[in-house]
Amino acid sequence: MRILLRASESRWLAPTAVLGAAILTLLLTAAPIRLAGANPLAAYERYVVTPLTTFTGVGEVLLACTPLIFTGLAVAIAFRVGYFNIGAEGQFLAGTVAATIAGLYLPDLPGPLALPLALSAGALGGALWAFGPAWLKRHANIDEVVTTLLLNPVALLLVQGLLNGPWRNSETGFPDSDRYGAGYDLAPLVDGWRVHWGLVIALVLVIATGIIMAFTPLGLRLRAAGQAPRAARFSGIQVASLKWRCALVSGAVAGLGGASQVLGVQHQLTASVSTGYGYTGIVVATLGALTAGGVLLVALLLGDIAVGAQNASIVLHLPTQMGSIVSSTLLLTVVAFLVARHYRIVRTRRKPE
Amino acid sequence: MDFPLIAVLAATLTIATPLVWAALGAVVNERAGIMNLGIEGTMYAGAFVGFLAAAYSGSALLGLVAAIVAGMIAGALMALLTVTLGVNQHVAGIGVTLLLIAASEFTNRLLFSSGSQAVTAKFERLFAGTGFVAQYPMTYFAFLVLAPALWWVLRSSGFGLRLRAVGENPEASDAAGIPVARTRYAALMIGGALMATGGAFLTLSLLGTFTLDIVSGRGWICIALVIFGRWKVWPVVGGALLFGLADALQLQLAITPLFGAVPNELMIAFPYLVVIAALTIWGRGVRYPGSYLTPYRRA
Repeated sequence: MRILLRASESRWLAPTAVLGAAILTLLLTAAPIRLAGANPLAAYERYVVTPLTTFTGVGEVLLACTPLIFTGLAVAIAFRVGYFNIGAEGQFLAGTVAATIAGLYLPDLPGPLALPLALSAGALGGALWAFGPAWLKRHANIDEVVTTLLLNPVALLLVQGLLNGPWRNSETGFPDSDRYGAGYDLAPLVDGWRVHWGLVIALVLVIATGIIMAFTPLGLRLRAAGQAPRAARFSGIQVASLKWRCALVSGAVAGLGGASQVLGVQHQLTASVSTGYGYTGIVVATLGALTAGGVLLVALLLGDIAVGAQNASIVLHLPTQMGSIVSSTLLLTVVAFLVARHYRIVRTRRKPE
Repeated sequence: MDFPLIAVLAATLTIATPLVWAALGAVVNERAGIMNLGIEGTMYAGAFVGFLAAAYSGSALLGLVAAIVAGMIAGALMALLTVTLGVNQHVAGIGVTLLLIAASEFTNRLLFSSGSQAVTAKFERLFAGTGFVAQYPMTYFAFLVLAPALWWVLRSSGFGLRLRAVGENPEASDAAGIPVARTRYAALMIGGALMATGGAFLTLSLLGTFTLDIVSGRGWICIALVIFGRWKVWPVVGGALLFGLADALQLQLAITPLFGAVPNELMIAFPYLVVIAALTIWGRGVRYPGSYLTPYRRA
């Protein structure tokens, strides 16, 4: 047997590979579901189908996918240009903190002023959190993977420190901030849904990113810098400067996601505001092939699974972590299959001597 | 002078222990050319599996063995993805971390859902009550056996030379008859075992129980320490001691009146910031292993 690079690829190959990965994921995750005493088929139905069968359920899926669109997009923008920002988690949290500053210290601003202020504060907070690693990468060539990663636990400690200290709730004394002023609510989109205008902002960002990536010279330079940095450099593209700018934009998008989450859902800062959205953003961006449309689709799928996991934990007594097991297994199988599709296995007979 | 020097030194060694185990595991990985961001999850799985096996068998030693096996499986998974298939190493590593943390928490919820978290058999300190030599067996082993042994293996043994050759120049190694894939599998499985041992130290020596935020970024610190120590055993151990000292100092200062007003979280964040600062000062212009992040396939 020999493994050879395929000379040509049928256009059905990539979709087939993804389908194969999805089937393998179902097979692999069936064992832990059985172990937990549930029927795998019933569980998959809960995870994927049930949330979409009711009006409320669809709203919850859209709500769950909103932060994932932001973080997925943030990661995709950075990865696309070859800047491995693994700190979307920290930048998301920094965004929640910055939006909270506005919400707590200027509580009386009316909505038309308050919301733009808090949202831009969030974006700025995220960009600031991304600034250090980006600066170190550009001026000292220090690996951004390590510095962005290390700042994630620091951001969580910042949130916890603020909540245990100056922002402790003035009524209950619990480590949650006070509620923001009335002008700081991102309103629900539709009556009866909890989904808020943050989703619209996310969709606008998706469309803008998609257009810039696909149709503008800037997008071409970004893709070139990411895919063939040496060739890009030879053709006069300022790769380091592009990475620097994308790193900051990536942080700003993640921070905006944090602001949208606190303004639209929680209306206060809590220590559990992010359930790993930044890390899941890496899953979203990768499975979405680092494209804006792909990010949107995968965020919807993972949002669906997240709502389904909540549902399954109540009805089938499956711990909610099963949702993360499914999504991380899906990530690994899809990337594995997508790489493997480039190769074919050839059976070789040994010639008789 | 009422500064408790002995206590701080003792805490430094204890805090540095899991980092020495895991960071040396990362050295083994990266010297073979693979960056393993699965380290955080592998430590987590080591901590959980070690705890689980010890809780059920009543033996801390069996727990440690189980953790090592779990670490080798995690390393083999990472090798399957990055060596055999050649998946992007950042993505594979983060995926492995997410999967292992989710799987550990899932199992934890299934088995210990009643809320009464089991306390398990654990290793006790040797030479208790004798100042800073009163340390856990795994601490002694890390500094007196693991580090010198690994230093020698990487520097002088045939396996160590092959491992470094594969990490520097896989084409030349292949031409010289070194089995590139097999060497990288071995490196990832050994590295995984060391990382899981570092995680198991937290449950089986330090705490005697398992908590959900038990690893809390220690894996990422190890990745930074490896760059800081330029992929060399002793500088990496030194970096772990530096982090241990920073953490021990903050623990000590947090209970002195002078620093009573400083938020506890800022103190906890201090060693992370020290590592970033150290990386900024000494991590500039480092030379990465030659085939860092690149999969190898025969042309």
